[in-house]
Formats: sequence, C-alpha cells, structure tokens
Amino acid sequence: MSKVVDWFNARFPAREMMREHMTEYYAPKNFNILYYTGSLLLLMIVLQLLSGFFLMAHYVPTSQDAYNSVQGIMYDTKWGWLVRYMHVDGVSLIFILLYLHIGRGLLYGSYRSPRELLWVIGYLIYVLMMGEAFFGYILPFGNLSYWAGQVITSIIHAVPIIGPGLTTLARGGPGVGTATLERFLALHAVLWFLILAACIGLHILALHKVGSNNPDGIEIKDHKGPDGTPLDGIPFHPYYTVKDIFGVGVFLTLFAAIIFYAPTMHGVFLERTTFFRANPMVSLPDVTPPWYLAPYYAMLRAVPNKYEGIALMVAAVVVPFFMPWLDRCKVRSSRYRPVYRFMILLMAVTFFTLAYVGEQPPLPKYFLIERLGATIYLGFYLLLPIISRFEPTRPVPERVRS
Amino acid sequence: MRKTLPRAALGPLFALATAAHAAVMTPPVAPPSVPFTKATVIAGAKFFADHCSACHAVSNLRYKRMGADLGLSKAVITKSFMKPGGANYLKGMRPAMTQAEAKKWFGLPAPNLSHMARALGPRFLYTYLTSFYWDPKRPSGWNNHVFPNVAMPYILAPWGGIYTKNGKLLVPGRETPAVFDRHVADVVAFLRYASDPSVFERRAIGRYVIGAFVILSILAYLLKKDYWRDVHDKEAPGGAQKGATAKSARKG
Ligand code: HEC
Ligand code: HEM
Repeated sequence: MSKVVDWFNARFPAREMMREHMTEYYAPKNFNILYYTGSLLLLMIVLQLLSGFFLMAHYVPTSQDAYNSVQGIMYDTKWGWLVRYMHVDGVSLIFILLYLHIGRGLLYGSYRSPRELLWVIGYLIYVLMMGEAFFGYILPFGNLSYWAGQVITSIIHAVPIIGPGLTTLARGGPGVGTATLERFLALHAVLWFLILAACIGLHILALHKVGSNNPDGIEIKDHKGPDGTPLDGIPFHPYYTVKDIFGVGVFLTLFAAIIFYAPTMHGVFLERTTFFRANPMVSLPDVTPPWYLAPYYAMLRAVPNKYEGIALMVAAVVVPFFMPWLDRCKVRSSRYRPVYRFMILLMAVTFFTLAYVGEQPPLPKYFLIERLGATIYLGFYLLLPIISRFEPTRPVPERVRS
Repeated sequence: MRKTLPRAALGPLFALATAAHAAVMTPPVAPPSVPFTKATVIAGAKFFADHCSACHAVSNLRYKRMGADLGLSKAVITKSFMKPGGANYLKGMRPAMTQAEAKKWFGLPAPNLSHMARALGPRFLYTYLTSFYWDPKRPSGWNNHVFPNVAMPYILAPWGGIYTKNGKLLVPGRETPAVFDRHVADVVAFLRYASDPSVFERRAIGRYVIGAFVILSILAYLLKKDYWRDVHDKEAPGGAQKGATAKSARKG
C-alpha cells in the first residue's frame, strides 16, 4: 500500500498539498459560528453542480417546451422534485450563507491588509453569483422568468451607444425567446459556472497564502512558538475538518427540513408567479426580483430618473469592492470599534429592509424607505474613510480570546 | 413624477404594476380548517372529477401518478375518477369538453388547473369558489366578488345555493353551508395536491432524512469534542483543572 502511495507522491504533489492546505495550515483557534459559512458555501456549490446536472438531463431550452420540461421533472421524473427543490432552495441558502460570510468579513475586518485581494476575489464571486442566479431564474420560463428576462435585459439598454446592440446580443433577438434560453443555459451551466468555480479556487488559494483572520482581528502569526507555528493557531486538519463536518450535519438538517416540508418557503424561495407559463400577452402585476437581489432593485426604484436609478444600483453593487481602502482605522475587528459596529448593524438592517421593500409593488409609501435606505447603504461606504479615522477604539488584547 | 421614466426599461414595469390582479382586492375568506390528508385529497379528487373536469384540465397530473400517491388501484381510478370519453390512465386529466367548444360557450377555454393552487394560493381558491353571486346583467347570470365578470358559470349552485350580490340567499342549495364548505375545502385540498404531487412522498420520507442528519450531527459533535479536548487543555493548563474542581465542588 505505502509503495503505491510513494509512487503516486513522487509523481504528484499530493502529500505537499495535503500539508500546505490541511495538516500544516494553521488557523486561529477562536473561530465562531460565522466561520462555518466558507466550508458550507463550498458544499453548496458542489450540491448545485450535482442537482444542476440532473436538471439539465431533462431540460429543453426552447420557449415552447422549457416550462413543460421543468414541470415534467416535478411530476413525471423519479426524484425529480428532490433535485429541483435542492437546486432552487439551494440558491436561497447560498445567498443566506453569502450574506453571513460577507457580514463576518465586515464585522471582523477580514478585508484589511494583507487580505485585500482575498476580499476582492470573494466579492467578485458574489457579483458573479448574482449573474448565475439571474440566468438560472430565466430558464424554467414561467411568466415571472419571461418578464424578469425582458426587464433586466432592457436595463442593459441604458448603456451609452452600444446599449441597444448589447440587449439584442443578450436576448439573441428582439425579444426573450428560444435563443435567449439557449444562450442563458450555456452561460448558466458552462461558461459562467466555470468562471465562478475558478474564482472560488483562487479565493481559497489567496486565503491560504495570507491565513485566516479571526473574530478578534488579531494576527496570529505575530505570536509564534519555538517551533515556528502560531501559538494561537491549530492545524486545519484534523481540528477544523471535524468541526466543519459538524457544521455540515446541522446545515444539512436545516436544508432537508426546508426541502421536505417547506420547499417554496411560502413563496419566498420559489415565487408564485413562476407557476404560470411564460406569456408575452399576460403582463404580471409586478415583476420583482427574488429576495436576494431585491435590495438593489429597491435602490434602482429610489430615483425617478431611469439612468440615475441604474447608476445608483451599479454604485451600490460596486462600492464594497473598495472596502479594504475605505477603512482607515488602526483596529481591525468591530469587537473593539463600537461606532463601526453600530454602523455595520445599521447597514445590515437597512439592506434587509430594502430587500423587503424591493419585493413590494411600487407604491408611493415605499419611496421614502427606498430613498432613506439607499442613502444609508451608500452613506456607510462613503462616510467610512472619514469616520474610521476619528472613531474611538477599545484596547485590543495581545492574544486572541477564546 | 413616475411618468418621467423613459419607457425602455422601467416603463413596462410600472404599467404592469397598475394592472394588479383584481383578485387581491378583497381579503380572502379563511377556509374551514380541514386537515390536508390523503383522505381529504381523495374526497376532493372525486368531487373534482364529478363537477369540474367537464371543463378543466389538470394536464400535468397523470391518473397513474395520482393513484400511486393516494393509494388507489387502477380499477378504482378508472371507475370513479376517469370520465368516459378519451381519459387515458397513463395521461394527465383532460377536460371532457374541447377547447373550441369551451371558447364557443364561455368565451374562453377553462384554464388548466395543474399549478393554480401554487400560483394563486389555496386560500384564494377557496374564496373564489365561495364568492359567486347571481348577476342578471351578466350573459351567464354569474359574477364573482373576487373575480369580477368571471367567465366560469357557478356550477356548484345546486349544492351551495344561489346568493345575491349582497349575500341574500335566493335559492337554498342541496347541502347545508357547513357540509358545502367542507366539500369546497376538499376540492382545494385536491388542487393543492395536484400543484405539488410530491407532497405525500416528501412527508413520508422527510422525517427519516432529517433523523439521519441529526444523528450524523450528534456523532460529528462528539468526534469534534474529542479532538478539541487537547486544544482546550493546552489553552490554560490551570484552567482545565479549575474547571474540574468547580464541577466536583458543585457535585459535592
Ligand atoms: C362549465 C365549465 C366549468 C366548470 C364545470 C368549472 N369551471 Fe372553473 N372555470 C371555467 C372558466 C371558463 C374559467 C375562466 C374564468 C375567466 O377567466 O373568466 C374558469 C376558471 C376557474 C379558476 C381560475 C380562477 C382565477 O382566479 O383565475 C378556478 C380556480 C376554477 N375555475 C376552479 C373550478 C373548480 C374547482 C370547478 C369544480 C368545482 C370548476 N372550476 C368548474 C369553467 C368551468
Ligand atoms: C461561493 C462563494 C464562496 C466560497 C465557496 C467561499 C469560501 C471560503 C472559505 C472556505 C473560507 C475559509 C473558511 C471561512 O473563513 O469561513 C473563506 C474565507 C473568506 N472569504 Fe469566502 N467564499 C465565498 C464567497 C466570499 C465572498 C462573497 C466574500 C466577500 C465579499 C468572501 C470573503 C472572504 C474572506 C474575507 C475570508 C476570510 C475571512 C476571515 O479569515 O476572517 N468570500 N471563504
């Protein structure tokens, strides 16, 4: 047996990789519950790939048959409902995990030097994931899919000069139809997904180069023992592998509860309007995006001018990329930055309020909330460079607390 | 203010918003609490086959699948649920009437009800089916509180009775209101099942899947605790001992 292993290791750096990324990768010992999110996101990406594979085996990307092929999966395919609910509910769970994962990064200052690139790659994954979700959303070709595709592709119309050409390119014709489904399927399942997967790989590599941050925001590499390993670090394997397996168990329990007992989550994970066939003649009362994209949509609606609205939305999506350079405070973790901590909580509450408002019909009573929300959300990022220079901080301990 | 929006992107959106489904205007009546079980679904399916499938298709739900889910044999399905004239055990529920005939009689074909319960919600369906009233101004003689100028005639009138717009009973039905409401709730239960036929299968296996993951979680937790013992020991050499003495002190 060991001969086979040696033969293999002489030809492939398996042992080195195992050491570098598992047994001799030191992670801080004071991770809290928010640090499960990374491994759970990896798990979910794999599950989406698996369930997506089975969906694709039955899916027909034509405007005529797409809706019925998906319903065929639900009604006539053995375990089809399981695969589809896994895939659909999986998206919402991925976004819940992403928001916790990003929130964790904000709370503990994980975007700060030397983790700027890790943050930028991570946020790029989030933006790519929004695209991935949008392409997938159009595929079942319910009436909501049709109108969402129509509305979102027409937003590209606003791009100066090349806008109209781009819209036609995205749709593959004047309107959303078979050509749109074919190219969206190719993007969703092949090109976009591969880019996403590659970025996830880069994310992990970047993480292992700089090492994990922790809830205290203290660099564990600053306190090394005589053997050269961080005093507050423990090898990822076996400590965090067993811990993450526990996290996977709890997460899968919740996931199964949703799939088996509330697969549409009362119309939040799988909206009602997706149960009508796409029909260009029957307009929907309101085309609202799924909950995880709704905050941006609320910001789009916050200004009456279309171009200004789109500019605001793009700004809201782009500005977090610059987080590492917007924060000027000497202290990393919000545990020792009461003002920053308050700002993050306010921003998070605002973000999810916008998600709620973005799901509502465009009634005048929501305009004020939309505007206030957009102001607070962007205000957080724009005021941070000033506030973080003067904000009061608490003394940071030398070593991590456990 | 909203009018200043250029049409290209958001124009259609706001136009859509104003065309809200008329149905949402009246708050739905709560259905009587009927348990959503195989029994109520079977009762509803029978009722549906007798009164509704003359006009409505449930094209995604095959008779065979329904039999398997509800535990009914092919003989029972053929005898009590399939209407003579073209119904195929291996195919979905088709209306007795053709689309062309429906168009001629009601102005439009009766919609396929496969996904109706998911799309409109069971509460709305129940309200819709109990909100018809006699309206001499309509060609069919029927109107509906939550679906104004509906094209569907109130075929349930002989059982539920005929009411005026103000809720005055004109002709009592064959069934008492309580019995009738239960029947309507059964139909809604059937439509709910038809829009989501995996529901009984999911419920039957769900608890085992969740149970398996709970056991996995417990085992993983014990394993994690075991592995992490030395992390906690290393942390505070005195600490572990202190914990132990505190525990024994509490015991004593
Ligand atoms: C005589 C033919 C006929 C029969 C029998 C019939 N319907 Fe209908 N039904 C229609 C037509 C036509 C429509 C379309 C109404 C419209 O769009 O104006 C309709 C619409 C509906 C709708 C859609 C309502 C909406 O808000 O879109 C539901 C639900 C419905 N019927 C349920 C039933 C049930 C349950 C039964 C059996 C108790 C039944 N129907 C029996 C003809 C019929
Ligand atoms: C599918 C998407 C993603 C996957 C699979 C993923 C995976 C991971 C994993 C496995 C870790 C280490 C474990 C952990 O700390 O939780 C991690 C850490 C990290 N990720 Fe992600 N991630 C994703 C998206 C993102 C996004 C969207 C961002 C930020 C915008 C981000 C920023 C970070 C940061 C800053 C860390 C280090 C956190 C710290 O050490 O405190 N990641 N990621």
